[in-house]
Amino acid sequence: MAQNEKGFPWKHVFGFLLSIILTLLAVWITFSTDLPTNTIITLIVVLAFCQAFIQLLLFMHMKEGESGSWQATMIYYGIYIAIVIVAGSIWVMSLGHQHHY
Amino acid sequence: MKWDEFFVTGEPLIYMADAAIVLTIIGIVFVLTYFKKWKWLWKEWLTTVDHKKIGIMYIISAVLMLFRGGVDALLMRAQLTVPNNTFLDSQHYNEIFTTHGTIMILFMAMPFIFGIMNIAVPLQIGARDVAFPYLNALSFWTFFFGALLFNISFVIGGSPDAGWTAYMPLAGNELSPGPGQNYYLLGLQISGIGSLISGINFIVTILKMRAPGMTLMRMPMFTWATLITSILVVFAFPVLTVALALMTLDRIFGTHFFTLSGDGVPMHWANLFWIWGHPEVYIAILPAFGVFSEVVSTFARKRLFGYTAMVWSMVAISVLSMLVWVHHFFTMGSGAPVNAFFSVSTMAIAIPTGVKIFNWLFTLYKGRIKFTSAMLWSLAFIPTFVIGGVTGVMLSMAAADYQYHNTYFLVAHFHNTLICGTVFAVFAALHYWYPKMFGVILNEKLGKITFWFFVLGFNVCFLPQYVLGFMGMPRRIYTYPADAGWTELNVISTIGAVMMGIGFIFLCINVVYTYFKGERDLTGDPWDGRTLEWSIPSPAPHYNFAVTPQVKGLDAWWMMKKERKEGKEEEKPEYKPIHMPSNSGRPFIMSIFFFIAGFGLVFEWMPVAIIGLIGVIICMILRSFEYDDGYYVPVEEIKQTEAGRE
Repeated sequence: MAQNEKGFPWKHVFGFLLSIILTLLAVWITFSTDLPTNTIITLIVVLAFCQAFIQLLLFMHMKEGESGSWQATMIYYGIYIAIVIVAGSIWVMSLGHQHHY
Repeated sequence: MKWDEFFVTGEPLIYMADAAIVLTIIGIVFVLTYFKKWKWLWKEWLTTVDHKKIGIMYIISAVLMLFRGGVDALLMRAQLTVPNNTFLDSQHYNEIFTTHGTIMILFMAMPFIFGIMNIAVPLQIGARDVAFPYLNALSFWTFFFGALLFNISFVIGGSPDAGWTAYMPLAGNELSPGPGQNYYLLGLQISGIGSLISGINFIVTILKMRAPGMTLMRMPMFTWATLITSILVVFAFPVLTVALALMTLDRIFGTHFFTLSGDGVPMHWANLFWIWGHPEVYIAILPAFGVFSEVVSTFARKRLFGYTAMVWSMVAISVLSMLVWVHHFFTMGSGAPVNAFFSVSTMAIAIPTGVKIFNWLFTLYKGRIKFTSAMLWSLAFIPTFVIGGVTGVMLSMAAADYQYHNTYFLVAHFHNTLICGTVFAVFAALHYWYPKMFGVILNEKLGKITFWFFVLGFNVCFLPQYVLGFMGMPRRIYTYPADAGWTELNVISTIGAVMMGIGFIFLCINVVYTYFKGERDLTGDPWDGRTLEWSIPSPAPHYNFAVTPQVKGLDAWWMMKKERKEGKEEEKPEYKPIHMPSNSGRPFIMSIFFFIAGFGLVFEWMPVAIIGLIGVIICMILRSFEYDDGYYVPVEEIKQTEAGRE
């Protein structure tokens, strides 16, 4: 952010550490645990989403600038729509349906 | 393909339509040639990027489509008036209810709303045009040629007949062979491009081009409604685009997304269609709410009650509207948890809508109400829309919906919301903003005749249909036996439909009368308005604002007028040259190529489709290499135009 420009970039260091931790966590889950494959995949996907958000918020200036809050709102709304369409369709069309395919 | 398959044959009604189309085209060509207007047409209209002219073209197309859809409606009512009627056969009836639904929603309601937005929004926020004027022209022309493609279906190749929802597998190749259903897919796809572009355009316009001082919470309510609608358009229309593309692939290229064979999932079409379709309902109704807010506040001569609540209830509607789509197919066989969830989310939408209704009532409370035509439409909207809302809550109960589903109860319900919401709103908006468009005021007397015929006709037409639904009359039937006991109510319903038709004729008479003898609006502010569009002359000059206004609060123009009354000295305006975008014929030409490509795909003539698409791509490439920074309106011209005003 603007006021931090001259000081030490704590935010970026924090983001950097966080993304390394998340990456290592993903590696550890994949190689050093005995979880079933499906669980591992789910966990990695969740971690990937966290990673993407860290990138957007801490490095990609999503909330900065004149229209930052609008960019953020639109991205959150987009994610909301994506989740509703994908998760909603799966629920309506197969899991929550009376006759399973 | 033989010629008698290419043209629709064998129906006297179609031959009459053929003759009418040919005569109309000859008439238009003759008039344009006789009065030497071809150049005028090209320079002033076909190539324009002016948001007001584009808005007017949108509205003219929408009124034409209202006529087409209305004739469809009257034909259906004529067929259903008496039992065992043979006026239309089942195939023709199916085609008519399909085109009626599609046209009224996508080629009447949407463009009418976009037309009003185009005219009002830049003027309300003190801008000189929309953010992307060239794209705006492209929006209109893709809509126009998409609509044209859909509309020629009834004389060339045959109309779609699988309902406006085009459910699979009925709409698939096996059960709907021939070009009819392809017209639906390609017509909607091409005009959908226009809707999506408009959505983006208005979001950017509203976020980036507001006059200095106009914070978000000082925006007029119609601008707010447009912003939220545009966001819904941008997020909902891609779903339709994808669904249409998948069905096009199914029908033309033999894929199996929604087919019965090859592990397709036909129900997924219904699912995707309504994921778009329900937000679409709110895309049609939110701008209507915006119009009513403006009109009620102006003619009650009061500030809008509960501005913040109005804004947040629209935001809530836009979020909730994405969570209710399953209520369109409760009976498709979803489990209890799914149906229960979507029942509750549907009922929840009634809360923000209720908030808005009460806010309008409180705005009216103790207001000094002027009963103009625009105000009458708004006042009629409140009780009739509440009936539509209440029957909507009845339908939202999944268990009860098993009884109402597919009956005339449902038909009555959605006409009660869409006509009383959207159609009343666009009529109110037409009366309200007509002076800004053309500089003349629509005749109030004729306006009121239109109003009474249409509103009374509406209730006579649709209230009996609720009862017919309870009596078990299914929708989408082309005839019924005499002993069903539905005859009397159907007769009453048809009388109502005819009254609505008479109302529409009076609207057209009003437009013609006003063109010749209408009262000129010399003040620019005929209604004693509150928002910035009334601060400029009528009709609005092509550059809109000679000097960019400074906004100090909500209802900016009202505040300026108050300051003037208090005797505050006005600064002498200092004119500067105004930067304006240049006209371009390319959106028009590009849309013709879209039309050619669409027509080729409809008949599966691939060379034609490829030629059309190459044309589209060439237009895009030419645009990328274009260096046109627009032009400046000189100060002299501004001075001259503004001098005529005082």
